[in-house]
Amino acid sequence: MEHHDEREAHPHSTREDAEASLTYFQAMEVAVRELLIEKGILTADQIRRQVEDMDGRTPARGAKVVATAWLNPPFRSRLLSDGNAAIAELGLERGPYKLVVVENTSQVHNVIVCTLCSCYPRWLLGLPPDWYKSRSYRSRMVREPRAVLREFGLELPDSTTVRVHDSTADMRYLVLPMRPAGTEDWAEEELAALVSRDTMVGVAAPTKR
Amino acid sequence: MAQHPSQSPHDTGGQPAGPVERTEHDYLLWEKRVDALLVLLSHDDKRHMTVDELRRNIEGLGSAAYQTLSYYERWMHAIAQTLIQRGVISVDELGRKIADVEHRAAHGEL
Amino acid sequence: MKVRYAHPPGHVRTPAYVKGRQGVVERLCGTYPNPEERAYGRSGLPAQPLYRVRFRQTELWPNYRGSISDTVDVEIFHHWLEPA
Repeated sequence: MEHHDEREAHPHSTREDAEASLTYFQAMEVAVRELLIEKGILTADQIRRQVEDMDGRTPARGAKVVATAWLNPPFRSRLLSDGNAAIAELGLERGPYKLVVVENTSQVHNVIVCTLCSCYPRWLLGLPPDWYKSRSYRSRMVREPRAVLREFGLELPDSTTVRVHDSTADMRYLVLPMRPAGTEDWAEEELAALVSRDTMVGVAAPTKR
Repeated sequence: MAQHPSQSPHDTGGQPAGPVERTEHDYLLWEKRVDALLVLLSHDDKRHMTVDELRRNIEGLGSAAYQTLSYYERWMHAIAQTLIQRGVISVDELGRKIADVEHRAAHGEL
Repeated sequence: MKVRYAHPPGHVRTPAYVKGRQGVVERLCGTYPNPEERAYGRSGLPAQPLYRVRFRQTELWPNYRGSISDTVDVEIFHHWLEPA
């Protein structure tokens, strides 16, 4: 009986699949993919291109939207009233869902969750992190948001309202975080660098470093 | 908060749970391919499945499987189920193909 | 508005934690095909009104720790809502 060694995971953005220790679901993926290609429903090329497309989607797109809104008050207003149209102005795709941008202020802090699955503005931020999809985040963010935010290192006073958005249907949400003080004469790229994925989900606030 | 018998394991909003583990993993290639399958199959000009069918088949896994399988394992299960339900692939051909893939993998032919 | 207290089997996008609870319609999001039907390969048409309903956390949870102004917004389809 041959013994197959598992290849070690490489520190790339895609880990190499272990060579011969194919799990049942990995085998199913290969099988379904091959059947769909044989039936002419999809091509290998389409699948490869879609994987590459998703790889190219990082939170930088969202950060650009935020930085632009910080610099340009009329754009900010348009973004808040029609998110899809506003991001299209920047050359970004409108996206497959209605984009609702919610603005953080000193009075209101917004945070996003999808309790039922993992709805997330993927076309602007890329794939969601594991924790966003975890049972713990989905269960607790609607029940005790302040405690969960505290675990993420964000402490909010009672004078700030916490508004949780449970993305259960056809909207996708992006938090427009508060612009840090002392960044008045910063350029768009410098501002965008302050905007992490977590600030656009609402579990962190941008800070001037 | 007691769970209703018809409440699916995915509907966990408000239930007690432990601390949020903030570890993140880099997606494996096979996981990205599963994601790609869903995006391509549910795209407007393909319409071989919908996100709603994906979700309903994930929800249909039942509590034990839902908690044991990883995120993209649940997706893969649900994509296969949907394609079977829609008659795009048959149970028989999928079963044969999976066995073929496993055989090829075991012999280093994949 | 109040969310209907019903627990049918099948694909439901109204989360359990708001069933039977009272909230305020924050906005009409638009009309969308019904996901409960689309989940079974049906069209989900005619499109149904979808609302964003705002719930007060202190009304949803016993011993809620936070501000009385804290809220949860949930998207709920028209057919799950009834007058309070």
